[in-house]
Amino acid sequence: MTATPLPLVEQFQYGLQAPICLTWELTYACNLSCVHCLSSSGRRDPGELTTAECLAVIDELQRMQVFYVNIGGGEPTVRPDFWALLEYATGHDVGVKFSTNGVKITPEIARRLAGHDYVDVQISLDGATAEVNDAVRGLGSYDVALRAMRNLADAGFAGFKISVVMTRHNVGQLDEFKAIADGFGAQLRITRLRPSGRGAAVWDELHPTAAQQRELYYWLSAHGTDVLTGDSFFHLNGYGTALPGLNLCGAGRVVCLIDPVGDVYACPFAIHPSFLAGNVRGPGGFAAVWRHSELFRDLRRPQSGGACESCSAFGTCRGGCMAAKFFTGLPLDGPDPECVKGHGERALAAAAPAPRPAPDHTHRAARTRTAERRPVPLTLSAHPPVPSRPPVTACNANPLAGFVPPGHSGAAS
Amino acid sequence: MACAASTDPAPGQFDLDAPWQLAAQVSLRPEAFGALLYHFGTRQLSFLKSPVLLAVVSSLGTQPSARAACAAAGVPAGDTAQYARALATLAASRMICQREGP
Repeated sequence: MTATPLPLVEQFQYGLQAPICLTWELTYACNLSCVHCLSSSGRRDPGELTTAECLAVIDELQRMQVFYVNIGGGEPTVRPDFWALLEYATGHDVGVKFSTNGVKITPEIARRLAGHDYVDVQISLDGATAEVNDAVRGLGSYDVALRAMRNLADAGFAGFKISVVMTRHNVGQLDEFKAIADGFGAQLRITRLRPSGRGAAVWDELHPTAAQQRELYYWLSAHGTDVLTGDSFFHLNGYGTALPGLNLCGAGRVVCLIDPVGDVYACPFAIHPSFLAGNVRGPGGFAAVWRHSELFRDLRRPQSGGACESCSAFGTCRGGCMAAKFFTGLPLDGPDPECVKGHGERALAAAAPAPRPAPDHTHRAARTRTAERRPVPLTLSAHPPVPSRPPVTACNANPLAGFVPPGHSGAAS
Repeated sequence: MACAASTDPAPGQFDLDAPWQLAAQVSLRPEAFGALLYHFGTRQLSFLKSPVLLAVVSSLGTQPSARAACAAAGVPAGDTAQYARALATLAASRMICQREGP
């Protein structure tokens, strides 16, 4: 008699030899400044991986048998070596699915992509109409995306993806999104708005209402596996039967992110020092980070669901999304901010101040615009104790730093 | 090598006595629970839920038949039907295919 093997979802919680779903953001540079950008992209970082370093990462992914990578950014196609990296990856058994706003998808590029077996393309669109889309992604971005889709369809690229982040303003357009995808012979992909990156600043006003979440759940249930979700709505499973997918937070277990400077984070929505596992430039490269980083080892240990464990929905919702909790100031072992039982709303009312997303590569002009719409946070506190003398920091260049003349023990003012 | 069979068999009807192989566009990665399979053409991911099933699938291409691959992996004759069901599912998703000749 043999022992019954654990269900796959249990196995995955303890980690794999290599990620199943690896996101690799090639650059922080982007021609757009979407208000909800999860990586706060805009300006290129001077420390981004060089072409040679990217090729070395691809070699490593091939050795680890990472079957495919989800390449994003920023806008990955603005990297001058993007097409060369794509050819190199697909020539080395690493399939590529890349996310783009469509800016570089000319008819000629579309024809090249259509002839490629190992390449998939995902065009971002956050409104089924220009009005709704451009309010989030910027003026003219709807037309650019639609032109790219037309070019792909005309080139015979069947089944490319149209990727939509669900907001309060586009839940009501689900059928229209589906019609756009069907019209191009494409596949619709719907994902969740996270309070990550610049999304933190707009989450309150853009995340779907409770009534819209319910509508979304039933719409997704009705469409089954026809519509992709990147497994991002398992927090809605409390409404009824589980949606298709693994229904598990894969952070550090089956999922991770390599950012443009080579930093490895637990998931694409968790770009913050608290979820930084290491850097591909370190000894042992990406494999060492994936297999041995302390953060990932911690994530692969059994996790506590806290108060959620006594909830009837915990079996399928698993407490929801780690990043959504973290960036709204909620404890990781409590309910998701969008908990369908309403526990999230109550927890938010008593939440600690949310950590600021970091790093930030927002275009300076866009940053000013965002700052103008935000309230200025004020912190009231008692006066800190006056130090007996100015602190000596590692950068203090004064040769007398830290020197206290005899008889001068008091504070200088 | 290209797949000899172009039609997808219905799950459950699996020819155990035919020679099979992993499809050319499929990559297989061993894991603690068994293995992950990825088909670069269909972009589908699949799982082999036990090390024994992994041993069966790995040896398909070198054994004269699927039945022989099961035997070589130590599957008791009484359990072969259960493995045939798993192989039928893999055939239906084009992860494995029949090859010409034994």
